Amino acid sequence: MELLVASAIGILTAGGLYLVLRLRTFPVILGISLLTYAVNIFLFTSGRLTTGAPPILRDGVNVYSDPLPQALVLTAIVISFGMTAVVVMIGLGAFLGSDDDHVDDQPETDEDHSEGTS
Amino acid sequence: MSLFFIVALPFFGALLPGLMNSAGRSATAGVTFTVSLAAFVGLLTNLPTVLAGDVVMARVDWMPLLGLNFSLMLDGLGFFFALLILGIGLLIIAYARHYLSRDDNMGQFFTYLLLFQGAMVGIVLSDNILLLLVFWELTSLSSFLLIGYWKHLPEGRQGARMALTVTGMGGLAMIGGMLILGQIVGSYDLSIILQNRDLIQADPLYLPALILILLGCFTKSAQFPFHFWLPHAMAAPTPVSAYLHSATMVKAGIFLMARMWPVLSGTPEWFMIVTSAGLITMVLGAVIALFKHDLKALLAFSTVSHLGLITMLLGTGTAFGAMAAVFHILNHATFKAALFMSAGIIDHEAHTRDIRRLGGLRKLMPVTFAIASLAALSMAGIPLLNGFLSKEMMLEEAHHTVLFGVPWLVPALATFGSLFSAAYCFRLIGHVFLGPVRDDYPAKPHDPGAGLWLPPALLVVLVVAIGVAPFIAEPFVKLVTASVLGDAAEVPHAHFKIWHGLVPALFMSVIAVAGGLLMLAVFNPALRFWDAAPRPEAKTIFEAIVEMAATLAQKLILPLHNGAFSRYAAIGSIVIFAAGYHAWSTGTVGAPTRTMQAAGPVTIAGWLMLVAATAGMVLMHRNRLLSLILIGIVGLMVSIGFVFFSAPDLAMTQFTVEVVTIILMLLALNFLPNTTPIESSVLRRVRDTGVALVGGLATFGLSYHYMLRDAVSTPISEFHLANSYKGGGGTNVVNVILVDFRGFDTYGEIIVLGIAALLIFALTETLLGGPVRARLLNWTPDQARAGDMHPMMMVVLTRVIMPVVLMVGFYIFLRGHNEPGGGFIAGLIVSIAVVMQYMASGFGWASARLKYPYHGVIGAGVLIAGLTGIGAWFFGKPFLTSDFTYVRIPPFEKFELATAALFDLGVFLAVVGAVMLSLESFSRLARLASAPDNDHPMDIDPSRDDLPAELAASGKEAV
Repeated sequence: MELLVASAIGILTAGGLYLVLRLRTFPVILGISLLTYAVNIFLFTSGRLTTGAPPILRDGVNVYSDPLPQALVLTAIVISFGMTAVVVMIGLGAFLGSDDDHVDDQPETDEDHSEGTS
Repeated sequence: MSLFFIVALPFFGALLPGLMNSAGRSATAGVTFTVSLAAFVGLLTNLPTVLAGDVVMARVDWMPLLGLNFSLMLDGLGFFFALLILGIGLLIIAYARHYLSRDDNMGQFFTYLLLFQGAMVGIVLSDNILLLLVFWELTSLSSFLLIGYWKHLPEGRQGARMALTVTGMGGLAMIGGMLILGQIVGSYDLSIILQNRDLIQADPLYLPALILILLGCFTKSAQFPFHFWLPHAMAAPTPVSAYLHSATMVKAGIFLMARMWPVLSGTPEWFMIVTSAGLITMVLGAVIALFKHDLKALLAFSTVSHLGLITMLLGTGTAFGAMAAVFHILNHATFKAALFMSAGIIDHEAHTRDIRRLGGLRKLMPVTFAIASLAALSMAGIPLLNGFLSKEMMLEEAHHTVLFGVPWLVPALATFGSLFSAAYCFRLIGHVFLGPVRDDYPAKPHDPGAGLWLPPALLVVLVVAIGVAPFIAEPFVKLVTASVLGDAAEVPHAHFKIWHGLVPALFMSVIAVAGGLLMLAVFNPALRFWDAAPRPEAKTIFEAIVEMAATLAQKLILPLHNGAFSRYAAIGSIVIFAAGYHAWSTGTVGAPTRTMQAAGPVTIAGWLMLVAATAGMVLMHRNRLLSLILIGIVGLMVSIGFVFFSAPDLAMTQFTVEVVTIILMLLALNFLPNTTPIESSVLRRVRDTGVALVGGLATFGLSYHYMLRDAVSTPISEFHLANSYKGGGGTNVVNVILVDFRGFDTYGEIIVLGIAALLIFALTETLLGGPVRARLLNWTPDQARAGDMHPMMMVVLTRVIMPVVLMVGFYIFLRGHNEPGGGFIAGLIVSIAVVMQYMASGFGWASARLKYPYHGVIGAGVLIAGLTGIGAWFFGKPFLTSDFTYVRIPPFEKFELATAALFDLGVFLAVVGAVMLSLESFSRLARLASAPDNDHPMDIDPSRDDLPAELAASGKEAV
């Protein structure tokens, strides 16, 4: 099972990184979301993997999963929503303002340079 | 008065002048004067203790672990400097009131001045060298503001920048030196360091520490080769020059050399470096000063020269030299401040400082003439004025100093410097005041009001008084000298006298004065020779160095930082892998301590779906809608994974967040292109795949190794599990951690979430207010619109579901403390219920039914959470301490009431507000772009009379 989770983290990271390196805003944002999943799962696994032992205190039960990473990841999920929303808004605003959704600065168009030389 | 007050008064007082600006210029200056006067009087209350030879101490532990304590010390040396800083400060404030014109923002000026004053007093009273460094940097910053006060002048800005660069670099070097010193002694307290002379001088790091500290002192006190910034700082208003360059800023370096004298001086290294730097500066400054035509430039170089003189005296390392240095600091402060102020008066009245355009002012400005001449003659070293006494002592000390084994070198250079010093003083008097009255002054000069001449006049009274009756200054100077020397040497017994007999110093003095007069007689040929001689221009060299550094930085940074995000992302990832690989290859990995758990078919199926969805996203990311659906699957599988691995709270959060994120992305995708075009080259895609694979492998390897090993120390989670019910009153440990154990974190996080939502709102407002508005109004959708925008089935369903969802949300909220749930999840669920109404019936209908703006909901949430935390204060507990109790209200069962629930309510409201405000902002963009929305809940409603026109028409036809 550890192998499955670890490979899932690896695959999500790889997919996220590839998408983050794309040139347009939308895939980059999706890539960041994938990376967020990977990071959240990674943090979550710092409590190691336990099945069938939620951290809800019960009489006579002694084995619980680690609650601390869960609490930290819970807020991380909510915050990452806020951050995604901000990034999406910035990307959308940039596209609406310039009709261009490249993430990189675009080189100057040739029109500016060719003027006067032709 | 406590030393804390003396240091704090100028800083807190700095708030006042800005506020008093509208009350008029006299009120502003008056407030500043009062603040300074209070600090001055406070200082004087400590005089009896200092005179008794005791040291006043005040101490508050600030960061004891770092050795940084707010400890202050007032001994003779500190008192002397604080007296100069505050006393001359008072005169400067009175002078500046009359000097600045109505166009100058006086409140700003006095705020800067008080900040500077506070920083200077802080330096001279610090007992902790780290604290001293803090104040040291503060003087650099506040002097930058003062020098550049006339922001409209390019010289002012350049001069301020140069001063900040040079003194700031010196300050950095000094930090290094001070830290070494503190490491050698094992304490950063000055009073302890000063008692460890032998330990410090025997340490192999003595020389680096000495050089670094001297770099700080030399840059601050404008010693060769760092002297060039001081003349350029003359672009400041004259009160600033008079204050910074007579008694304070440039004396800070001198002060520190005097302060460190007991532990650093007396070694050959100290003697060689300090004496030669001082000697060169003294001679160079005096020679340049003679040929300057700007009055302030002349005074600036003369200041450089006199600072060199004092440095040289400190460098000799003898007790007599130290005493002469202390005496000259006092004398120089009096006559130089008076001279700067006189130069300001001339500039103010004649509208020029160019000596070539002046002359004959003796008859037009008799008062200024008297003040400036007495001060200048004192600077030249004429008997019966205080400058003569200390100059005589300097020549006496120079006579005994042997540098580089050449006995005549120091006396000859000292006489040479004094000669030029006398020459520029005579030139100042001769070319400005004497000679015939001219008729081409830019303005008709006359004596100013008492406000301008009284401050320098008071100083000249001191100049004459000490000069005629040196014995009045003698006890004080000896007291200060005693605290400079510390335990290192005895205070010399020599008395201050005008007549010492026919000693060599007298002959040197006579040579200097006579030579100075002679020099003035041959000034014109000498000037022609000077102008013809090639000289390096410091400013051009400085600017070339700055330019070179800037070019180098650009060459280094631009290839890495060229505005391409994908480049930064690639470089950043590769650097992180490299660092991680380094840590991996140099660290050790123990054997696995856990055995791998078996995976069942369901687990494998879930894993396969996750992998397939991720792979699909990467392969088909150009189809944006499809990739959005696929990321939904990924999120769903992650949520299920959380359920499987015993994290029900996480699963619920992830699931609900997934819903709102997808809605948000869909709203954005509405405007963005539907597909991503193929742009990147094959090579680039190969490179990106490489980066992605390396990153994936790295995280896989890391997490795999990590999961098979137990934590190296016991996790603190044990504490949370044990105390969750006992201390927090809840059985859902995750929720108790959120609202109780780590409540402060959660509080910060809801604030961040609220700020993010407000940011989105602000961006929307900006977009809607700008040119984007017109674009949106003219926007044509690239997809066919649905005919039925608000379908009846959906409207009816969402209405029915609404109370159910709200009830579920309420239930999840209430049970959160003991079962999976809580404010975060409930907030997301309720948001989804509200969003469904927006989706079904449109923005117009839904927002018309909105009672409270979402900003208010966010604010209320943060406030409730904060007030719950503050409530703990009333019971004498720290912020956010929670309490709970069990109550029974018939007919209910016994239940729990916890303050944590109130905090959770704040979390709930903040989450609802933030999520809704973000989504609402996106919908506002969409609303502007779409066809006019009607305010009805659904398009087709049998109970309504006003059917849409086309529908009504078709209905009639059917009939």
